[in-house]
Amino acid sequence: MAHPPAADRSSRPTEASPGIPEPILLGMYRNIYATRRFELRCIELYRQGMIRGYLHPYLGEEAVAAGACAALRPQDYIASTHRGHGHCISKGADLRLMMAEITGKATGYCKGRGGSMHISSKQLNHLGANGIVGGGIPIATGAGMGIKVQQTDQVVIAFFSDGASNNGVFAESLNLAGIYQLPVIYLLENNHYAVSTPIECATGCCDLAGRGPAYGVPGICVDGNDAREVYRETLQAVARARRGEGPTLIEASTYRHGGHHVNDPGLYMNPETLAAWKDRDPLVLMRRALGDEAKIRAIEEQVEAELEAAVTFAAESPEPSVAEFLAGIQD
Amino acid sequence: MTDIMYREALRRALDEEMQRDPLVFIMGETIAERGGSYKVTEGLVKKYGPRRVVDTPIAEASFTGMAVGAALVGCRPVVEILFIDFAMLVMDQIVNQAAKYEFISGGQGKVPMVLRTQGGAGNGLAAQHSQSLEALFYHIPGLKVVMPATPHDACGLLKAAIRDDDPVIFIEHKLLYMTQGPIPDDEYVIPLGKADIKKPGRDATIITYSYMTLKCLEAAAALESEGISVEVVDLRTLTPLDKETILASVRRTGRAMVVHEACKRGGVGGDIAAMLMEEAYDDLDGPVVRVAGKNTPVPYNVRIEQACVPSVEDIVEGVLRML
Ligand SMILES: Cc1ncc(C[n+]2csc(CCOP(=O)(O)OP(=O)(O)O)c2C)c(N)n1
Ligand SMILES: [Mg+2]
Repeated sequence: MAHPPAADRSSRPTEASPGIPEPILLGMYRNIYATRRFELRCIELYRQGMIRGYLHPYLGEEAVAAGACAALRPQDYIASTHRGHGHCISKGADLRLMMAEITGKATGYCKGRGGSMHISSKQLNHLGANGIVGGGIPIATGAGMGIKVQQTDQVVIAFFSDGASNNGVFAESLNLAGIYQLPVIYLLENNHYAVSTPIECATGCCDLAGRGPAYGVPGICVDGNDAREVYRETLQAVARARRGEGPTLIEASTYRHGGHHVNDPGLYMNPETLAAWKDRDPLVLMRRALGDEAKIRAIEEQVEAELEAAVTFAAESPEPSVAEFLAGIQD
Repeated sequence: MTDIMYREALRRALDEEMQRDPLVFIMGETIAERGGSYKVTEGLVKKYGPRRVVDTPIAEASFTGMAVGAALVGCRPVVEILFIDFAMLVMDQIVNQAAKYEFISGGQGKVPMVLRTQGGAGNGLAAQHSQSLEALFYHIPGLKVVMPATPHDACGLLKAAIRDDDPVIFIEHKLLYMTQGPIPDDEYVIPLGKADIKKPGRDATIITYSYMTLKCLEAAAALESEGISVEVVDLRTLTPLDKETILASVRRTGRAMVVHEACKRGGVGGDIAAMLMEEAYDDLDGPVVRVAGKNTPVPYNVRIEQACVPSVEDIVEGVLRML
């Protein structure tokens, strides 16, 4: 198997969650579940023609964002990618404003101008999803510089995937953050593919975390399907960053549950490997870790209600006005 | 003559040139097994193998630079940059390196490479996947810029671009890949720098290129039924610019309009209008009109996206304004 899930590589116990307070665990489960349900609904709406353009599901990778963002405070920043719904939800987004944006409505986070691939929120200190692979990495690095100049104790997470890690901006940014000891966590979501290109075909060395030490930046591997593990490691990296001890590279190993985007059936993915990863579905792992059925059900009911409200809000929202849009443009 | 799709015409050009010249090779993201996002390169890896059909990581700046280097040592590389928006990542290698090499080396070295890319709005892909950025390349001495509108032109011009000894920026349009058109069964090459009169006319000249050619032809057909005869000049290549064909047409009709999807500000249309002022002022019966994209990033929502690019109605209206 080319891309074995973490459980096959380590004997680390996955059931116990020593040291993580219950509200954090419940919060991570909420974000994993909300992302899962939100995206499944988006896919339905896409099929019905309510969403156009690109839609890149984060299905299967939800624990990375949920775990990492659980280690942040609201005033911390994130920069996201084209596969950004999970980052956005885990940073605390209002599902109504997200759904309105993705369906192109005037009430959306970006007034219907951005769509799925460009959601940002000033209020959430979410610097934005990005249509350019790697585009968010230097921006996150710069946010770290801005924080350093302003001498606050905020931190930044740059989310990106394996494909972006082969772009020059990644190397340059790691080096820069290493020089200036910036409070940035580089969260490399290694889902093992860039579109259809497996990571082993895109680099001569698949030890992506190992690229950190080459620039004097600690590089850590985590099981990206286990939100608890992502949370623990991110928490440590965040603590170092707040103390002024500089950046960390975290490689979270995970897998897409389907193709690159909603119209890609992902036929190039090995069905057995995919099945093995699905056996370690981050949602199921987290549910098992929680154990408390009543609390789980309460969270799920709450999310379902929010999601319904989001779909209704988006459907009832107006489209952007063409006249207003044109009025703002100089001929 | 056979009817084929624009993307098949491009594939035929690549196939024929790879067959003809073993120094031609192609490079880009997911172009091999997957055949490229728009399926232009489908099947080529089976025929020519992974040595000449090369999948790259997401490292645009460097693999475009690799094309410059490979061209300098004798190859004829064709690189694919999935969206012209991503070509912004390779500007150093194109603008400072490829476009300058022959000049600064005193003519010792040439860079016979092609950068194939794709632009335009219309698919709801928003501001970073919908731009029309040809003017940036048009502005740079040392580059040739090709923007075909039909399968026929796409095949013939891509072959010429590959055979050309200068760096060529070959810009496709995402709404053209599935369009159909006749192309000759026998091999043919269309020289760079020759515009094509897609529809002759008496009353006014529309100068356009790429996808807008189709819109202009629709507009011309609508005007024809009202007794207005418009000539549609498809530039096909922006550099070298076929000034002779443009000037001859404008001298015949006395009226000129430039239509492009790219933002009006700083666009190719402004340059052509200025050229007409300088070289055909006495032949013009009125000011040159520009119908072009709005000066804004392209939004996601379909209604405001459509409002950004010229429609058939805008073009018709532009012609009526001129007459
Ligand atoms: C600079 C740039 N090159 C190419 C693309 C086209 N593209 C969009 S997503 C993608 C794959 C990205 O892979 P990875 O970074 O691993 O992210 P993942 O899709 O796995 O989340 C590519 C090539 C792009 N958007 N930007
Ligand atoms: Mg990836």
